[in-house]
Amino acid sequence: MSGVFMGMPAFPEAAREAVRDERLRANLRHATHTIRDKRARAVAELDDWAELREAGKRIKDRTLRHLDTYLLRLEEAVTAAGGTVHWAADAAEANRIVTDLVKATGESEVVKVKSMATQEIGLNEALEAEGIRAYETDLAELIVQLGEDRPSHILVPAIHRNRGEIRDIFRETMGGWGRPAPEGLSDSPAELAEAARLHLREKFLRAKVGISGANFMVAETGTLVVVESEGNGRMCLTLPETLISVVGIEKVVPTWRDLEVFLQTLPRSSTAERMNPYTSTWTGTTDDDGPSAFHLVLLDNGRTDALADEVGRQALRCIRCSACLNVCPVYERAGGHAYGSVYPGPIGAILTPQLRGTASEVDASLPYASSLCGACYEVCPVAIDIPEVLVHLRGRVADRGGPGHRLEKAAVRAATWVLDHPGVLAAGERVASRTRGLHPKRLPGPGARQWSESRDLPELPAEPFRDWWKKNRPGDRA
Amino acid sequence: MRVALFVTCVNDAVFPSTGVATVRLLERLGVEVDFPAAQTCCGQPQFNTGYRRETVPLVRRTVRAFEGYDHVVVPSGSCAAMVRHHYPSFGPEAAALGPRTYELTEFLVDVLGVTDVGAHFPHRVTYHPSCHGLRMLGLGERPRRLLEAVKGLELVELPGAEECCGFGGTFAVKNPDVSAAMGADKVANAVSTGAGVLCGADNSCLLHVGGMLSRQGAPLRAVHLAEILASTEEEPWR
Repeated sequence: MSGVFMGMPAFPEAAREAVRDERLRANLRHATHTIRDKRARAVAELDDWAELREAGKRIKDRTLRHLDTYLLRLEEAVTAAGGTVHWAADAAEANRIVTDLVKATGESEVVKVKSMATQEIGLNEALEAEGIRAYETDLAELIVQLGEDRPSHILVPAIHRNRGEIRDIFRETMGGWGRPAPEGLSDSPAELAEAARLHLREKFLRAKVGISGANFMVAETGTLVVVESEGNGRMCLTLPETLISVVGIEKVVPTWRDLEVFLQTLPRSSTAERMNPYTSTWTGTTDDDGPSAFHLVLLDNGRTDALADEVGRQALRCIRCSACLNVCPVYERAGGHAYGSVYPGPIGAILTPQLRGTASEVDASLPYASSLCGACYEVCPVAIDIPEVLVHLRGRVADRGGPGHRLEKAAVRAATWVLDHPGVLAAGERVASRTRGLHPKRLPGPGARQWSESRDLPELPAEPFRDWWKKNRPGDRA
Repeated sequence: MRVALFVTCVNDAVFPSTGVATVRLLERLGVEVDFPAAQTCCGQPQFNTGYRRETVPLVRRTVRAFEGYDHVVVPSGSCAAMVRHHYPSFGPEAAALGPRTYELTEFLVDVLGVTDVGAHFPHRVTYHPSCHGLRMLGLGERPRRLLEAVKGLELVELPGAEECCGFGGTFAVKNPDVSAAMGADKVANAVSTGAGVLCGADNSCLLHVGGMLSRQGAPLRAVHLAEILASTEEEPWR
């Protein structure tokens, strides 16, 4: 598989499997098209969408420019409200902090609100290694956890599963984790949701420790915000005695006025709702109301590296709405698992290589996992120019010159040289045209083979355009 | 009016008929066409694959080749988008070429102010708007308005028209399976229209979709918009 164009087997190979999985293709196609169309309608309702998008972009950019200031302001406000702030430079440090905090409560189980940050750092696995069981309470996360699966979408982590598969997972595994699925469970959405409610309710009522992420942190008051649809988040945020929130440092916004913009753009972009069913906000601790201990773990884990990159930093504007996944033609065919990260799709292709670097095969292949069609940029509610960052990161990968890229660079240089010498180019075109009768429709060799597996090569013309011009427009300045 | 034709490297080497059609169309509309021979490639393949340094000589060459022309006409949305959107990052001289560069349908509709170019093309046609023309240039309804004015032409809606065909330059060989899956859906949508011609304004996309049509023996062929617009009752295009 090595060759000029094959320096990055990881994404292409994982995607090949997905493309051939008929059921996965059907599940993804149905789900992404449904939500993509709904989103378009929800966004079209607002006549000031363009202004909201621009405002969201500017608020995030301004905040990121002064991130140190706002984070310190946030820490001060959270502390004043009775919370404790911890700073984690990387995943290992964050996991250690959370594990120690849970251990200090003497508990051996926690309930979790759906959170990308805790998945990014592998918190559940870290807790498991210390004998602490973490229960996912978001319906789709529950499906993923019970199925010993991996999430494949930011908003809908079980998007690759259909109703029948979910029923089978519930029937077979729920009993091992707590209350089993009701007898004769069907694949109707209402019955599946009810089975999850019954299963989860005993966990909500028993848990002493809750773990969450946050969609936003308001610096001026030290308030954290979680937006959700199912109410499981509200349960986890209010019932336990101890609440631990792990949040990426880019999630801070300066004021409540800033928050107002995102509370309009996020639900419409993600679930295509005018307003999400549950918006929970909490500020430190309150006597006799909600958790009596609150810990905020501020996570860097590569974010300051991304912030240092003038082109790449715009990825930190992301509010995790998933609109780019739902509209992406590559995601629709490859599925989320091919991206090798908890952040799949176009945003994952620019975020993961910045957070983790491009040393591994899969991370180095991510910037190329796009046809640069631009549909993601068009729908992004904070105007992240994803194609621009992809091209920028391709440059980074090419500069590193991994296997395949050295050959590729040599080929690109040769092509540039020919294209910078029109005489040589024309001679080459003429040779190609004159021997066209000999050209096969399928070709071996790097690049050509990948091309001609599914497409015929075009028949070359009798002469290149420049020769036609010379003959037919003689004497013209050319 | 005198314009420079930027035929593009793909059209020069593989689809000269699109260049010939563009010349014929523009001359029919009373435009004087030059072909500066120093032109080769805008550098997009290098740029989009991450080889910025290797793009520089081609940007310089392209800028020099079209010096002195107020209107540079390109029968490719993708190459026009490269010049307009990415050339500014190569300095002020390169940036200055952007506003003087027109994708063919922009030139016809915005500069010449025509939508009926006097064409005749008695076929059922469906139109695929290529991504860079659609999203980076915002060509909007221009190509459709031009097609709707062609005599004898029946324009039929392409389902999922705004979805990428899966070409994406080097994407087609770096991710051949996903690219082919996207192309297969585009082909199936095109076939479902019952059209005999799949029209586009970017031959690199048509190279990919056309190659799949040919491999599958599908009952329609890919034709560049310029060739349809060049076709007249007196001189039908093929």
